[in-house]
Amino acid sequence: MTHLLAGPSGPNVDAITTETIYWILAFLSTGAACGMILVRRAVHCALFLAVVMLSLATMYAMMGAPFLAFVQIIVYTGAVLMLFLFVLMLVGISSSDSVTETIRSQRAWALACGLGFAVVLCLGIGHAALGPAVKHTDALNGSGNLSGLAQLIFTTYVFPFEVTGALLMTAAIGAMVLAHRERTTPKPTQRDLAARRIASGHVAPDPSPGVYALHDAVDRPALLPDGSTSPESVSTALAQRIVGSDGEPVQAAQLVMNKEEVDQ
Amino acid sequence: MSPIHYVVLSVLLFVVGAVGVLVRRNAIIVFMCIELMLNACNLAFVAFASMHGNLDGQVIAFFVMVVAAAEVVVGLAILMAIFRARKSASVDDANLLKY
Repeated sequence: MTHLLAGPSGPNVDAITTETIYWILAFLSTGAACGMILVRRAVHCALFLAVVMLSLATMYAMMGAPFLAFVQIIVYTGAVLMLFLFVLMLVGISSSDSVTETIRSQRAWALACGLGFAVVLCLGIGHAALGPAVKHTDALNGSGNLSGLAQLIFTTYVFPFEVTGALLMTAAIGAMVLAHRERTTPKPTQRDLAARRIASGHVAPDPSPGVYALHDAVDRPALLPDGSTSPESVSTALAQRIVGSDGEPVQAAQLVMNKEEVDQ
Repeated sequence: MSPIHYVVLSVLLFVVGAVGVLVRRNAIIVFMCIELMLNACNLAFVAFASMHGNLDGQVIAFFVMVVAAAEVVVGLAILMAIFRARKSASVDDANLLKY
């Protein structure tokens, strides 16, 4: 692990390379962060967040923290972002923000607050006496970053580490409680389902979509013998994802082919 | 490469995340912006660790990662519960306690 961009005592590569990599990553991560608050779709936001996390992981490696770089990639980009994407799939992939402002001139004020906050933070940092990077003074991590971290976690920080375990357990139980749903009606048996189907008057399965009729795609409705199209033939989940030219989902009933298109 | 560069970058990322929390209405995106702020804090911690030449900052960054993971788990579970009840992930729609 010490053969990454930095060893335990600083960068292994020369100063110019380090600086170049830093500036590339800095522009990349800041641009992706700005993209996060500018794009409308939540999925694009998640992808931008992945870019930020991966550039931060590279920076950790450059600053002599190879363990944190790997944990960043595995825990953040791997687990946390996957969790976000799972929830996005459950909520609906096309979920995008409304652009209407519910509070008047909220965006302008938020931007002003952000700028003021940045100025205050930069002033504070400018006044602090921040020195250059020093070499690790190491009785602690003589044998490398990982064993040094382990020594610290299991000696000085052993109590916070145990509390962290309790926190994770509480979070897991809390998530299970929140996701649990009491069933208020009895589960329908196969007999109930059959009775419901007969009662609906539509016993046969739904028609299959119009694949191979005119278009080779499952999002086209089936063409009925009288020339009309059948909205039931397109899956409702699919119809929600078909985005029209105005950015709104197209209803299955609107997916009717033109008369000229049918005649051809 | 002075650690101050990294600290300034972390300030920038933190501010962008904070503005995102203020501006966006979709609860999932708000969560992602909070994650961005936590990541910016981690970057500052690691920069300070390399500035002081010890590993305490890296240990704290590690703890921040663990807390962030726990926070995401609970937050997304709350989000799913709200979405099931209100069919919307917008922060404006969860207003039953308001009146």
